[in-house]
Amino acid sequence: MAKLILSMDGLVLKEIPLTKERTTIGRKPHNDIQIDNLAVSGEHAVIVTILNDSFLEDLGSTNGTIVNGNPIKKHFLQNNDVIELGKYKLKFVGEAAPAATGEKADFEKTMVLRPAAMKAAQAAGAGAGAQAAVAQRQAAVQAAGASATAAGIADKDARSTPAPAAPSAPTKPVQPLGAIQLLSGGNAGRELELTKPLTTLGKPGVQVAVLTRRPQGYFITHVEGDKRPTVNGQEIGAAPHSLKDHDVIELAGVKMEFFLKA
Amino acid sequence: MDLTQTLEIATCTDPGMVRSHNEDSIAADPANGLVVLADGMGGYNAGEVASGMATTVIVTEMRQILANARPYEIDQKNNQEVAALLLREQVLKANSSIYQAAQSQPQYAGMGTTLVVCLFYDNRVLVAHLGDSRLYLMREGKFRQVTRDHSLLQEQIDSGIITAEQAKRAAHKNLVTKALGIDPTVEPEIHEYPTKPGDIYLLCSDGLCDMVEDEDIGMTLHALGGNLKLAAQQLVQMANDNGGRDNVSVILVRVLREYPGPRGVMAKMFAWLK
Repeated sequence: MAKLILSMDGLVLKEIPLTKERTTIGRKPHNDIQIDNLAVSGEHAVIVTILNDSFLEDLGSTNGTIVNGNPIKKHFLQNNDVIELGKYKLKFVGEAAPAATGEKADFEKTMVLRPAAMKAAQAAGAGAGAQAAVAQRQAAVQAAGASATAAGIADKDARSTPAPAAPSAPTKPVQPLGAIQLLSGGNAGRELELTKPLTTLGKPGVQVAVLTRRPQGYFITHVEGDKRPTVNGQEIGAAPHSLKDHDVIELAGVKMEFFLKA
Repeated sequence: MDLTQTLEIATCTDPGMVRSHNEDSIAADPANGLVVLADGMGGYNAGEVASGMATTVIVTEMRQILANARPYEIDQKNNQEVAALLLREQVLKANSSIYQAAQSQPQYAGMGTTLVVCLFYDNRVLVAHLGDSRLYLMREGKFRQVTRDHSLLQEQIDSGIITAEQAKRAAHKNLVTKALGIDPTVEPEIHEYPTKPGDIYLLCSDGLCDMVEDEDIGMTLHALGGNLKLAAQQLVQMANDNGGRDNVSVILVRVLREYPGPRGVMAKMFAWLK
């Protein structure tokens, strides 16, 4: 749930969760957020919240609405935006996981963007000076961005009704850290933590294997060389081989133990 | 000139963890040094149709033409290289095929596809692309992106509205500004680069680069470069392990040795006799 934090002169006055679709801000008492200050108009601004997105709109106030230092008429609120009304400040705090909501939109289907505005800008630009053309094109890009964001909402809306949203996949899964300790060879006793998604072992041109770190755990795969590595004395196949705690790997004549760190 | 012994090619495509269809299409013609990757879009199965048409049209047309043409020659009429002209022509042909199918059949209305094509010849690679499918290059341990997406995000980065860092978290990664089959005509971006033995070229759909950091892709190619097939599978697996929200397609091409185009009098004579 998104919320606003109302403050004045750095002093937090209250937190206001955005529970309603329309949250009005103004000096008059019927507003959802009443700010009794003469710099604030009777009906100053409104925040429209649709699913996870909130839009701020100025309602023709006398002194205007400022977001992050810029006066606005309409604004798509993002995490940590600061709305200024006279001396008062309202900080917008988005969903607990703003990145996750962003991600949902990231992976919407690829679409072609061909707004008429973009073409018109190009056509108009052809006649005008080159600089004006660039400016217009940029404006078109900006406008397109805004409409894309709006389209994203509609799309999300449509999606959530027929089927629940795709399970949020963990990008960085929490899993025990694995490591290997060399048991033989010149560097016997040395330990290597497997923090990277893949770690190669062996001698290039002779025998190479790769240890991959995946959400399911660690796997060893043969990469090159005539001989395949062995795990607990058994030669592994062509497919990735799952590693268990205290498995003993032998590769290019060197023995090593795989283990999971607590 | 047969490039089967010169280029090592590995491909892998997967619907990912969320989508039921695979709208990506990949095709490779090792003998002619041609690889094509397309990421289709459009309702129901139209995306698959569009990407499938793009890869098929380009590969079959190029195969026919390359049987007789010498891509490294300069066209007398407009002083351009034959290869670039030919490739552009075939991309346009694919564009009109898709566009016409979309116009004539209601179930395909609005379909289109992104595209990245590489043609290897004469120690060079010719790259044509549209949309957000990418080409990366791993050369002497350095990994970098070769193509620049035709996407809203890239335009915003270029015009300074957002930074590359913000772009990673932007909400509309999915909007491309150029694609094949959307308009009656299209202008693909075509560039030519010299190749070196040992280079590894990676063509991928946005299902890979949206899910896996460039750094991790580079690391994978570095670690598994010795086994291209495994590297391709590993990249797809990493995208799926990270959530696999979109179809993931990967084509890897390694240049094994030099492959200069036959020049000189004897070669010309031989080609002429043939």
